[in-house]
Amino acid sequence: MTFSKYVHAVITGPISLLKGLSVTLKYFFNPKRIVTEQYPENKATLKMHERFRGRVELVHDEQNLHTCTACSICEKVCPNASINVLATKSMAGKKILGKYLYRLDACTQCGFCVESCPFGCLRMAHDFETASSDKGSFEMVLNKTEGQW
Amino acid sequence: MTFGEPNFIGDFVRELSPWPELALAINVLLAIVGVLAVGIGSAPILIYMERKVCAHVQCRLGPMRLGWHGTLQTIADVTKLLFKEVFSPKGVDAIMYYLAPMISLTTPFFILALIPFGENWQVINLSFAVPAIIAINGLGLFAVLLGGWASNNKYSLLSALRGGAQMISYEVSFALILLFVVMISGSASLNEIIASQSGTVFDWWIFKLPVLGFVGFLMFMCVSTAELNRAPFDIAESEQELTAGFHTEYTGTAFAMFYLTEYINIIGASAMGAIFFLGGWQAPLIGIESVDKILLMIPDVVWMFAKIYFLIWLYMMFRWTWIRPRIDQLMSFEWKFLLPLNLILLAAGAIFIAVGWVL
Repeated sequence: MTFSKYVHAVITGPISLLKGLSVTLKYFFNPKRIVTEQYPENKATLKMHERFRGRVELVHDEQNLHTCTACSICEKVCPNASINVLATKSMAGKKILGKYLYRLDACTQCGFCVESCPFGCLRMAHDFETASSDKGSFEMVLNKTEGQW
Repeated sequence: MTFGEPNFIGDFVRELSPWPELALAINVLLAIVGVLAVGIGSAPILIYMERKVCAHVQCRLGPMRLGWHGTLQTIADVTKLLFKEVFSPKGVDAIMYYLAPMISLTTPFFILALIPFGENWQVINLSFAVPAIIAINGLGLFAVLLGGWASNNKYSLLSALRGGAQMISYEVSFALILLFVVMISGSASLNEIIASQSGTVFDWWIFKLPVLGFVGFLMFMCVSTAELNRAPFDIAESEQELTAGFHTEYTGTAFAMFYLTEYINIIGASAMGAIFFLGGWQAPLIGIESVDKILLMIPDVVWMFAKIYFLIWLYMMFRWTWIRPRIDQLMSFEWKFLLPLNLILLAAGAIFIAVGWVL
């Protein structure tokens, strides 16, 4: 190490240390930055953040209608086969959604189905307390009305 | 305990007791209880404080469940630690193995006995306190070496050797920085060093000697962090490389003794920082009559502990902010940077005192 490099290190070293210290001091004196959730205590007020991925949900509007066309892209794209799209025929002979079967116990919340849906009718719900002692409750039908159109 | 010297507590005991020998015994007991109370009583507080400071630096909350804001958590942890099995690995020299934590825990109490926590709150008033502190610090190094060697574990041995090398190196700078304050204040007695800083805040050595005092304070913080084996200079117990360092093999009470040593040493080092640079137990007077009257109403012990805890908070911020250097970087930092700077500081201090550039 040459002498000029040594002097340079002596001057810039403390400055970079102070930069680091200023960051931690900012964190220390700003309680708003704390991200810890006091979970069971704040159950009533706890709000999940936007990007949280809970279970898969079929989007319904006010009239309980959804926009799924039973194209079953989500079924094919699902890596662990937790989605089964069972199609039926309407009165006019058109292919419509009969049952949208979803198995929460096999789902890893990867979100591929939501990304792949061409009609934007799927989304990840924000509920996180999904534990249950009844295994049958993990297999659910996501559409609320059967054979609509 | 000061024999015969005017002392508030000593005089009180001497007046009450029917014969002088009893007063002597009571005074000794009081001194032991006082030192133990400061040392052992502050350890749970410091563990709690460390966890909270660490948590808030990392945007967490820390312990929150047991008691108000988790205040009872450390008491539960300490109780758990005391009831753990004391266990020694196969092939250790049992006497050496159990001697190490005992030596380790003895040293910080020596230092606490020398420190004046208030005008009357001191066990021994030594006129050569600073050399005594330097000598006692060397004993702490012995405990680290012995613990690592006696554990019969390669990681512990490596850690002990690293810790030994580090503490011997930094002992030089530590002694020199204490010598700097001894030189400018003109005494090796802690009481007289405090007395040399009496007056306002600007009479403290950190400000009294322009620039040099502040540089000296920064260097003291740096060197004492290394002396305490605390992060960022925790080479001896770098978890990622050496599991827990020299106390890897210790469990239960033996481990608790090492742990306690670490925290009482922090108290000792910050107390020294407060005495040498921040005016010891003196109130931070600012020279305005009405404010000073209010500041003087607060007892000197409170001021001393406020300063000690402020410095401990600084040590904790250092620990959770900065990264650990490698052992070779640590060594070159000491021998190539701190030691020359210390010598320059010593010489410059002498010039400042001779010329009279003191505030």
